Amino acid sequence: MEIKILGPGCAKCKATAEMIARVAGEAGRDVTIEKIEDMRQIVGFGVMTTPAVVIGGKVVHKGTVPSHDQVLDWLN
Amino acid sequence: MSMQLSSRPNPQSDWLWHLGLVAFVALWWLVYQQLIAFSELVTALFPVDRHSHTGEALAFFFYDVPKVMMLLTLIVFAMGVVRSYFSPERTRALLAGKREGAGNVMAAGLGVMTPFCSCSAVPLFIGLVSAGVPLGVTFSFLISAPMVNEVALALLFGLVGWKVAVTYAAFGLSIAIAAGWVIGKLNLEGWLQDWVRDIHSGATAPDPTEDAPLTLVDRYHLGIEAVREIFGRVWMWIILGIGMGALIHGYVPEDLMARIMGADAWWSVPAAVVIGIPMYTNAAGVIPIVEALLGKGAALGTVLAFMMSVIALSLPEMIILKQVLTLRLIAVFIGVVGSGILAVGYLFNILF
Repeated sequence: MEIKILGPGCAKCKATAEMIARVAGEAGRDVTIEKIEDMRQIVGFGVMTTPAVVIGGKVVHKGTVPSHDQVLDWLN
Repeated sequence: MSMQLSSRPNPQSDWLWHLGLVAFVALWWLVYQQLIAFSELVTALFPVDRHSHTGEALAFFFYDVPKVMMLLTLIVFAMGVVRSYFSPERTRALLAGKREGAGNVMAAGLGVMTPFCSCSAVPLFIGLVSAGVPLGVTFSFLISAPMVNEVALALLFGLVGWKVAVTYAAFGLSIAIAAGWVIGKLNLEGWLQDWVRDIHSGATAPDPTEDAPLTLVDRYHLGIEAVREIFGRVWMWIILGIGMGALIHGYVPEDLMARIMGADAWWSVPAAVVIGIPMYTNAAGVIPIVEALLGKGAALGTVLAFMMSVIALSLPEMIILKQVLTLRLIAVFIGVVGSGILAVGYLFNILF
């Protein structure tokens, strides 16, 4: 599963990446996490708040660090 | 905000939450009444004379720290709940196509209400501009959001008094409205960075992800989350700021501040603005210092100008905005907002 994290490298963006990697590890899912820090690309997804999470080309989350359960939800 | 909080109807536990909130506020109030007694008690534990410089500084510190922390908890929680009714997407929908004037007023108000952190300033800016929100209206939003924030208001209210807090909010909003209006009149759309202009003219905004309606308890959770987040960010600034304030309170002679920051020194207002720009702290760090300076005879207008400059014209924010604005536009931004702050500073020194 390919997951993109949009954000200019702020603390919350890192926390989001760590959260997803951790939950994926626990659930035994194979995910590739790509961090997108270039502002033009971020804006291209139409998000106004970061960090945002994109799965399968779709923005599933934006503005906050997702919770453990939310991430688990996406992975299933 | 796409928080998928469980909006399960569960009236029983909902009532527990409401009652818990009422009990918390009541307890808060009781503790708040005891703060002076608390600070005297703690200060008495130190082997210093209560009326010495050190004694004064300690009493100041042990009174202000818990007071500010308590006020901050309550106000940030309340704002967190209020903000859960707003979102950047809703703000954009409200502002798109608005004319200058009314649009500036609305944008300044929404700047206070819309939840967003400074690291999202660039995507937010582009989101607004690309959806057809006029540049000047966007600036009103971007100026009021950091300037009139709940941390600043909570600290001003607690340390300097409600009159100054209300005046600060009113003039902060006025500057945001006026500066945005002026920038709009200057027609500076051409001074955006090229790539931003392309988005402006071409692509339209994609649909905002639909949110499930939140229950009141969900909103409490968001308020608690806001308290946790803001405390994590500002607690050190508050302690440092109050520590500095305590030192000024205890050791700086009365007439020194009256001489350099008093109303008679005409150059003190511009000096305060210029010194404030490169200073990077936030409201939490600067307001305790402001309180102490006021106590030593500094003029209110000068001190307000300093505070607004530190908060609204910060260098790191300029560096973030550099991605979307040309240097010329940033210079105009600093010039217009700086003039507004100067005007407020002088006005206050004359009035009070």
